[in-house]
Amino acid sequence: MEQTVKNPADGAPDYNFAYLDEQTKRMIRRALLKAVAIPGYQVPFAGREMPMPYGWGTGGVQVTAAVIGPNDTLKVIDQGADDTTNAVSIRQFFAKTAQVATTEKTAEASIIQTRHRIPEKELREDQVLVYQVPIPEPLRFLVPRETETRKMHALEEYGLMHVKLYEDISRHGHIATTYAYPVMVDDRYVMDPSPTPKFDNPKMNNMAALQLFGAGREKRIYALPPYTKVKSLDFEDHPFEVQTWEDKCGMCGARDSYLDEVILDDQGNRMFVCSDTDYCAERQEAGHRGPQHHDQPLGSADRGKAAE
Amino acid sequence: MTQMNEPLLRVEDLTMMYGDRVGCKDVSFELRPGEVLGIVGESGSGKSTLLRSISAQQEPTKGKVEYQTRIDGVRDVYQMSEAQRRLLMRTDWAFVHQNPRDGLRMNVSAGANIGERLMAIGDRHYGNIRSNANSWLGKVEIASERLDDLPSTFSGGMQQRLQIARNLVTSPRLVFMDEPTGGLDVSVQARLLDLLRGLVHDLNLAVIIVTHDLAVARLLSHRLMVMQQGKVIEHGLTDQVLDDPQHPYTQLLVSSILQN
Ligand SMILES: Nc1ncnc2c1ncn2[C@@H]1O[C@H](COP(=O)(O)OP(=O)(O)OP(=O)(O)O)[C@@H](O)[C@H]1O
Ligand SMILES: [Mg+2]
Ligand SMILES: [Zn+2]
Repeated sequence: MEQTVKNPADGAPDYNFAYLDEQTKRMIRRALLKAVAIPGYQVPFAGREMPMPYGWGTGGVQVTAAVIGPNDTLKVIDQGADDTTNAVSIRQFFAKTAQVATTEKTAEASIIQTRHRIPEKELREDQVLVYQVPIPEPLRFLVPRETETRKMHALEEYGLMHVKLYEDISRHGHIATTYAYPVMVDDRYVMDPSPTPKFDNPKMNNMAALQLFGAGREKRIYALPPYTKVKSLDFEDHPFEVQTWEDKCGMCGARDSYLDEVILDDQGNRMFVCSDTDYCAERQEAGHRGPQHHDQPLGSADRGKAAE
Repeated sequence: MTQMNEPLLRVEDLTMMYGDRVGCKDVSFELRPGEVLGIVGESGSGKSTLLRSISAQQEPTKGKVEYQTRIDGVRDVYQMSEAQRRLLMRTDWAFVHQNPRDGLRMNVSAGANIGERLMAIGDRHYGNIRSNANSWLGKVEIASERLDDLPSTFSGGMQQRLQIARNLVTSPRLVFMDEPTGGLDVSVQARLLDLLRGLVHDLNLAVIIVTHDLAVARLLSHRLMVMQQGKVIEHGLTDQVLDDPQHPYTQLLVSSILQN
């Protein structure tokens, strides 16, 4: 059954619903089912060319296209913000090809596609989080050969992951990996949550929402079904820790969120604001105030200006 | 428990064919714990082929390799599951390659190179791994201030010693070496041989060492196997084979050394 969407502009060629043809979507869904059945396992899939370059989230876009339905509400974030070029163009892509509702509110979304961040607001069972992944293979940095990394996953030979962490500590005195911090999924597969900051790793553990990962260039899909155990790798004497900040959010005063540093002027004045723009805005609407708040909401679009 | 007089390794009728070409043919022998076996012979005689076939790196065409494992008793190494075999290869066995680049991870530090096997078998205490690596660096006579340096900043001899440390850290009982002193110049070779001899003795290692060099064989090995065209043509105590060779080819080999 072909689903198509009329192009309202000029009646020119119709799009298939969510751009991909039904056969491709079925193929991706089969890969997704397998991925959900084997949490953390990388399932190869025959990725399609998308009307956007690799690095723009083609893996995530294909996964979203395969799971989205007409009644879904889509949110897209990049570095926690809804209004970057990348996030806006993916949101527009689905608004056009699937005519779905879009939102910037985490709570209102049924599907959230993300690069980097997991929203600060706790996700629910009726939500799906889709990650855009550039490099899915956590062992790649030391083992370039694909046949060998597959064998290592199959045989649970993960000592090398600790070799990487060992190098971190011997060079920096602590585990300096802050992004793409490797995790053990369900006591079985080591997975790269790339490129999310390690701050978000604990949120992956036991999450109520379904988490789907799509790597476009490398044509891999993996998944974390709801309530899956996700543990960040570490050493007994160097336990996993998330980033912490001395400051709180300058706008909403939050101390529990991931903060971005914003340069205010060339005198070296700076401030910290929530990277999750929806979280920050919602807190401000609820009356929370940070030290730099001058009763004028500062969205991330204004941050660029603040830096000028 | 392994008895001293029970073989650690038993090789039976091992044959490796490359199509019609013979790699090695009908080789049988036993090796006891702590025993050092040298394999000598001219280029192309099948030494490396035999070593690879024994050490589970290349499945032979015919024959059997049995090993006295620590836990499961005698096992045919080619009948084990791949997971068991790989575990054996990185715990109770060790491999010293002629080219240290084949046996080291060049993009991580010396400490990580030594610690890798420990982490592979589940050691998760950074401090312990590091101090263990440091102590092994000392045993192979590398200054501990080099612990965090990359192997590429080491000399050839140091790289070879690092490769040895990286292999011995899990206290293996059987070590395979293919021309371990091959690429080194004479004085560096002498120091490495000295070190190897000490370690083999102190740790009671069983070793199978492939070499062109009869002097290396004499220095390290208790027993010697001489190969020609894939076959073992003479096999005995090292001193006997070298001082009183029986086979005409061995006689030729020994006399050519003496003339140099
Ligand atoms: N991978 C291979 N494929 C085909 N033939 C091979 C292969 N490896 C070795 N041979 C052949 O098997 C025979 C034994 O070679 P091998 O490398 O075992 O000798 P060697 O005694 O180790 O020699 P060298 O002293 O030069 O290292 C040779 O005839 C060689 O050409
Ligand atoms: Mg050889
Ligand atoms: Zn905020």
